[in-house]
Amino acid sequence: MLPTLAAAVSISDSFVFSPVIRPDADILLEITGLHARVEDNAILKGVDLTLRAGEIHAVMGRNGSGKSTLSKVLAGHPAYTVTAGTVTYRGQNLLELSPEERARLGVFLGFQYPVEIPGVSNLEFLRVATNARRVQLGQEELDTFAFEDLVRERIKVVQMDPAFLDRSVNEGFSGGEKKRNEILQMALLEPLVAILDETDSGLDIDALRIVAAGVSQLATADTATLLITHYQRLLEAITPDFVHVMAAGRILRMGGRELALELEERGYDWVDQELAALELG
Amino acid sequence: MTTAASVGDLVSQPYKYGFVTDIETEKIAKGLSEDVVRLISSKKDEPAFLLDFRLRAYRQWLQMETPDWAALGYPTIDFQNIIYYAAPKQRDKKASLDEVDPKLLETFDKLGIPLSEQKRLTNVAVDAVFDSVSIATTYKEKLAEHGVIFCSISEAVKEHPELIERYLGTVVPSNDNYYSALNSAVFSDGSFVFIPKGVECPMELSTYFRINSGDTGQFERTLIVAEEGASVSYLEGCTAPMFDTNQLHAAVVELVVLDDASIKYSTVQNWYAGDEHGVGGIYNFVTKRGHCRGDRSKISWTQVETGSAITWKYPSCVLQGADSVGEFYSVALTNNYQQADTGSKMVHVGPRTRSTIVSKGISAGHSANSYRGLVQIGPKAVGARNYSQCDSMLIGDQAAANTYPYIRSQQPLASVEHEASTCRMSEDQLFYLQSRGIAFEEAVSMMVSGFCRDVFNQLPMEFAAEADKLLALKLEGSVG
Repeated sequence: MLPTLAAAVSISDSFVFSPVIRPDADILLEITGLHARVEDNAILKGVDLTLRAGEIHAVMGRNGSGKSTLSKVLAGHPAYTVTAGTVTYRGQNLLELSPEERARLGVFLGFQYPVEIPGVSNLEFLRVATNARRVQLGQEELDTFAFEDLVRERIKVVQMDPAFLDRSVNEGFSGGEKKRNEILQMALLEPLVAILDETDSGLDIDALRIVAAGVSQLATADTATLLITHYQRLLEAITPDFVHVMAAGRILRMGGRELALELEERGYDWVDQELAALELG
Repeated sequence: MTTAASVGDLVSQPYKYGFVTDIETEKIAKGLSEDVVRLISSKKDEPAFLLDFRLRAYRQWLQMETPDWAALGYPTIDFQNIIYYAAPKQRDKKASLDEVDPKLLETFDKLGIPLSEQKRLTNVAVDAVFDSVSIATTYKEKLAEHGVIFCSISEAVKEHPELIERYLGTVVPSNDNYYSALNSAVFSDGSFVFIPKGVECPMELSTYFRINSGDTGQFERTLIVAEEGASVSYLEGCTAPMFDTNQLHAAVVELVVLDDASIKYSTVQNWYAGDEHGVGGIYNFVTKRGHCRGDRSKISWTQVETGSAITWKYPSCVLQGADSVGEFYSVALTNNYQQADTGSKMVHVGPRTRSTIVSKGISAGHSANSYRGLVQIGPKAVGARNYSQCDSMLIGDQAAANTYPYIRSQQPLASVEHEASTCRMSEDQLFYLQSRGIAFEEAVSMMVSGFCRDVFNQLPMEFAAEADKLLALKLEGSVG
């Protein structure tokens, strides 16, 4: 460990770094003082985060730091209870909306472990989901034929074999195929805020490249992307504008892409030290 | 806790068919005795052979005891506290629908089974049974042109006594079990279908059973005969009003198929299931059996069981003819405090007989759902084959699912396969679908219909969509 260097980088970064790239861009998602628990365990202990249109954020941290909980809370998973704080999505209180309402309004969660749903056709599932979003946007619902055309076009984004459309949702898919299916859903739903939870886990190098290219292609000037990841390697393929380091349920540090490199180089131990210092103080 | 909140918001859908028709009814006094059996027979003006059949069954019933081997719990039924005959007051069976009490027509309208000429279903002939009697049968003349007989069993007793005498009780002998003996003694009405040699029935046939009275038992009897090379598809539906007492329903269905003939028999059972605390609901004790008497004959049972407080039912096939085929496709859904013990028996007698059993049980709430099935291969059934698949889905953590497969083979050159699985509809699966914008109810319904697809594919097309909706409705508010 190199405590002196750590201190130096930490200080210089927090002073030099300017947290806004385009101050005039619309705020899509604003998280303030968010606390949440699952059963009796407090997991999130005051998270603040602002996503503006056109931005890509990465949240990094150890296992158990609260990264995945943050994503589940934003999507409305019933196992998590918000105990304090607010989440505003385009001016609206996100926390009072059901998971399906959040999705229809354009909040997307790409799951770390997408579940298998035997008996439910993947194609039909994708169509029902896409139509739910389209109805919300005031667009016409697509019949099976029109939807097939759309899905065959969007599937190119993730270079997925169309044979997977005829299977049950995620059933028997490999880890990589499940992740491609997640990004295909993102491509169809066209969310404004996409939260991708450990999208790189379980992917080999080629699949990672394809998935990352898909995500980059879908990140536009009108959308915000929140990448939750443990490793730097996803961030080599998708360049984040901001990197947040999460520990013990809050965001400990915020910086530019160089923060991710620093983490990669030095591991997470210094985070623990910083955290310990914080708690002592 | 948005999901939990939305579950709470879901008002459990009230049972749509729970109304009572206010109609003057002729009822006999409560209780069962030899005199009551004679009275029922005389009210129906039956020939002597049928009275003998009833009396023999009644005497057998007196010697028998209620079966207790099923995984069902319910208080002892007081058979003397039941009315064994109730009929809406109207003079005899009407020659035309115009003469039927409009209140009755209205009742069936409300149930979605319009009987009048203008509104009735095209291409489905319907026999409507209200409490103990059949009130109307549609398309009789058109069917008669093809030689098909479709009428109430009471009518068949009068018009075709030789057919009734030849076939009644030959598949399910009256002393087969406690409830078949009871039914044989007091059966009131039901449907009779006869498809003559070589005729493919030109339309779907359907019987709709409605219990209306609160203290009446319903004991219908159905007999379907398909002669050589004939085929028919038949569907029955059942509903009852909501009472806080339990009503007994003990039916017997017999199917006979001769050489190269086939019968497809589908049931959508939606008797009142009791309320969310398990009060009220129908006790459904049914014996259904088909006899593949001829070579290359086929019987296919499809059932969607969603109602009743208690279901005890094992539609079966006796595969006697060489190369005959028996099939059983079942979805049984239980919610709240419902209990179902249901399955099938495939009895392979003839050579190269084949049978398939596909059973899907869904248990929610505090309910208990058991599959019980027997595959029996006799010594002469060389090359017989059976495939059974029993899948259970649990919803919530209070429901129970059991599978009791019995296999007996006396034939070394036979093959029997049995597969079983149990899964739970998980919060994570529902959340996954919801997080893609799919509403909670739709997510449940997608998963349930995915689970049941193999069975729904077997239903006549008009009813497959109905069955889908019915299951979704029954499950409202049960997940979360």
